[in-house]
Amino acid sequence: MADRPGHFHGGLTLPAHKRQSTGSPLRTAAIPEVLIHPLSQHVGAPAEAIVEPGEKVLRGQPVARATGYVGSPVHAGSSGTVVEIAPRPVPHPSGLSADCVVIRTDGEDRPFEGYDPLTNYRTLNAPALRARVRECGIVGLGGAAFPTSVKLNVGVGLRSLILNAAECEPFISCDDTLLRHRSEEVVLGAQVMLHALEIRHCLIGIEDDKPEAREALTAAVARIGDDRIEVLTVPAHYPSGGERQLIQLLTGHEVPAQGIPADIGYLCHNVGTAAAVARAVLRGEPLISRIVTVTGSGVSSPTNLEVRLGTPMANLIDECGGYTANARYLIMGGAMMGFPLERDDLPVIKATNCLLAASEEDIRPREETLACIRCGDCASVCPANLLPQQLQWYTRANDFEQVEALNLYDCIECGCCDLVCPSHIPLTQYFRYAKTEIWSRKREREQSDHARERFEARKSRLEEQARARQRRLAAKTRALGKAGKDEAARKAMIDEVMQRVRAKKKTDEDQDKGE
Amino acid sequence: MRSFGRTMPPHLRPANSVTRVMGEVLLALVPATVAYVWYFGPGILFNIAVAVGVAVAAEASMLAARGKPVATHLSDLSAIVTAVLLAFALPPLTPWWLTATGTVFAIVFAKQLYGGLGYNPFNPAMAGYVVLLISFPAEMTRWLPPSGFDLALEQPDLLETLRYGLTGQFPQNLSWDAVGGATPLDQVKTQLGLARTVDEIRSGPLYGDFGAKGWEWINNYIAIGGLWLIYRKVIRWQIPVAMLAGVILPATLFYLLEPGSYPPPSFHLFSGATMLGAFFIATDPVSAATSDRGRLIYGAGIGVLTYVIRTWGGYPDGVAFAVLLMNMAVPAIDRYTVPRAYGHGR
Amino acid sequence: MITAIIAVTSLAAVFGLLLGYAAVRFRTEGDPVVEKIDALLPQTQCGQCGFPGCRPYAEAIVAGEADINRCPPGGEATILQLADLLDRDPKPLDPERGVEKPKRVAVIAEDLCIGCTLCIQACPVDAILGASKQMHTVIESECTGCELCIEPCPVDCIDMIEPPPSLATWRWPRPETDSRNGRSLAGTG
Repeated sequence: MADRPGHFHGGLTLPAHKRQSTGSPLRTAAIPEVLIHPLSQHVGAPAEAIVEPGEKVLRGQPVARATGYVGSPVHAGSSGTVVEIAPRPVPHPSGLSADCVVIRTDGEDRPFEGYDPLTNYRTLNAPALRARVRECGIVGLGGAAFPTSVKLNVGVGLRSLILNAAECEPFISCDDTLLRHRSEEVVLGAQVMLHALEIRHCLIGIEDDKPEAREALTAAVARIGDDRIEVLTVPAHYPSGGERQLIQLLTGHEVPAQGIPADIGYLCHNVGTAAAVARAVLRGEPLISRIVTVTGSGVSSPTNLEVRLGTPMANLIDECGGYTANARYLIMGGAMMGFPLERDDLPVIKATNCLLAASEEDIRPREETLACIRCGDCASVCPANLLPQQLQWYTRANDFEQVEALNLYDCIECGCCDLVCPSHIPLTQYFRYAKTEIWSRKREREQSDHARERFEARKSRLEEQARARQRRLAAKTRALGKAGKDEAARKAMIDEVMQRVRAKKKTDEDQDKGE
Repeated sequence: MRSFGRTMPPHLRPANSVTRVMGEVLLALVPATVAYVWYFGPGILFNIAVAVGVAVAAEASMLAARGKPVATHLSDLSAIVTAVLLAFALPPLTPWWLTATGTVFAIVFAKQLYGGLGYNPFNPAMAGYVVLLISFPAEMTRWLPPSGFDLALEQPDLLETLRYGLTGQFPQNLSWDAVGGATPLDQVKTQLGLARTVDEIRSGPLYGDFGAKGWEWINNYIAIGGLWLIYRKVIRWQIPVAMLAGVILPATLFYLLEPGSYPPPSFHLFSGATMLGAFFIATDPVSAATSDRGRLIYGAGIGVLTYVIRTWGGYPDGVAFAVLLMNMAVPAIDRYTVPRAYGHGR
Repeated sequence: MITAIIAVTSLAAVFGLLLGYAAVRFRTEGDPVVEKIDALLPQTQCGQCGFPGCRPYAEAIVAGEADINRCPPGGEATILQLADLLDRDPKPLDPERGVEKPKRVAVIAEDLCIGCTLCIQACPVDAILGASKQMHTVIESECTGCELCIEPCPVDCIDMIEPPPSLATWRWPRPETDSRNGRSLAGTG
């Protein structure tokens, strides 16, 4: 096991809060009565439903197809009947609804046999493997939900595949659990990806506070016997699991700003994604389930569950003994970046890695903030080496030009700055607000530029029409003028015009009669 | 279906608070206060009491006038820290009205009228001190010599101190001639002006092993308190190290060039307000530079300016002016020391 | 005395030549400030400012005939940007010109439309599709919410509606400020 060659600026060592959920073994959650599949669970255009209400579907059958290159299909979590395709509340910070395919399960869980296991995948080429990954609906399971097939289409110049087993955020332990129980799937998935990417090196980065998972992983690598795959330990320092920070830790290189890791020859995937790729290619199983950590002092028996996508979250809480008396908030994600959910009947989606039922004690209190005292602690913990202090001053002053100039878009919203601020300023929220505000102003600017173009075009069109009319009028006046001296010529011209008008009238009448 | 409230990430509880930061600064000043009382008598305690009382009253009235919640803002202890630092800068025997004036100026003009904590561009304690120094030069230069050394001078006791502080009058048997004297820095400056050499001056009774008697130990305890603050991560090392370097380097240079006319660097380090400035005054986060590199420049500037003012300027100690001058330079320093963000060109 | 006169006169001549040269060499066509102001205006061409379009309003601002606070669709954000550009103090929106409303789009009630094309002729950005005696419809993506189509319609079949919020257009709110003292509340938003 090699030592990591790099380190990243800042970060915090946080209390892990993971033992509560890793103490008990992985269980499979029961299949619920109703499964709700949002059509948009991924980055890119929402999928388009391909089933009708009343149609019977099987487990793993595609119910929505991908639209556009960056997109992903959606599959049924179990066999049953499609109830409706309608807007339902979905897990999103806005609390809004989106179109979902709702299935009433029949309890039989009959499988769809449409995807053959490709145990001979080594004879297939990269596009064929990517097509299988895409048709099985695989997206990044680390939380970003980016379509994996698109990410695997990276072209030439790749040096290594990096698998992210860091899982640095407090409370989340789903990757830890996956590695303890199914490291082999992860390693097989890595092999499939290596073949699809046509490279020969894979680095798996794991934090040093997961000894059981690390042992299981190294044992799996040894058992399968692939020396292209290396397991490296990184210190348990938040946010070592951020893609850019992990790459810096494992390789010492920085991903260029506004760029992607492929620009420096690396591609990063979550270990859960790798396991899903293994299932899709080797067993022909589309992405219909994932491991979810259900934890926090608001739930009686925290644990990790293997859950069918589309399961209402309330079912998961019930499987873990129900809410405790302290439960006050429900958060999807971890303690640093998870967003609040206002209701518990929302479905589990591909990006749901953790459900945190939190009590008041777990949570930062709502309190008055003081003014920034310019202590600079926020800058010393920022993993992107930004100046949160200045970003906050300029955001509050609505000076968004300066905010962008200070590299706001390099902020990964990890939340480290918030935690150390002595004045308790909600810094990360200011940055989220600033980002969407800048985007919407840019969009408005584009729209108003577009409106101006249309207005100018219309104005010149009308002016051109007016000018054309003027010209015609002037020409006619001149023509009349020339003929005006000659009484007979003038009369001839008028007769000609009257004849034309009569003829036109007649054809109009014929047409009307004909209709 | 159960409903929940909204709470935005990050969700963990922050460990730090302004009250904790300010509280630890006050704790770090305790050893120095004890040493001060040991050498110069109880005068400083009276000054601290007056300053703190006036500061809290002034801040409370300004907050109320501005419509802000008084209890929340007073409990951040920043007014008390300003008051204590100002009291440290004043001579031990100071009439109460002098301390009060300086404190009121510091809190009202140099802090609250700019918008309160976080908005002041100048260090409030130093602004208050400088106003006093310029307005009341006589009172501000009447120091006491340290006790415990054989200096043939008497030191007022507690009652006499209180009486002076409250009424400005000494009892019959005491007077400034009997108790007062200049600070070592002041003396060095005047004597150098009289063309005595450094060695001659330093062999005088007021000078100790490496700094000035009494002063050197107070500076030591301040430094110890400062180092503890760095260990506790309340302040960062850049400003103290840079400021001390800014004092040591020119002092060494000139001392090596002409040992007769320039005091050695150790003298500069351990007299006057050098250590207080390095660890407590220049490190005031609100008026200091933002980034680490900026802080190095800021601290070095203060150190160099302190040395320059001490050696060639009109005042015996330059820390206060140096701090205020560098406060003015902070926006420019910040603009040019933005750190390189992740992923941007190397 | 003579030297003084010669010195001042020659200085004046030199500077006069320099200024003349600069006036010719660095001449600009039109007033670029008008372009910059027009770039900040929302281009609804609605006329609520009292001028027949956004560009005439921009020209009036430069000519000193109009103040910067007359544009309701632009709202406070535009006033602040104009104030910044022109180095003036921002002012609140002139209430005689209208109030700042959230962006709305026009919708034609199809069962009432008589196909008269009066709204098509009124729309400054050609956002209404249709022809004489054919159904008219508003192209939502092009509609700027200027409301110029509402008056001409003889059957009053056009309504302004706020587009419903969607996941694509949702924005994070500004961290909540306590109205009592403008302080932010950590943990809410």
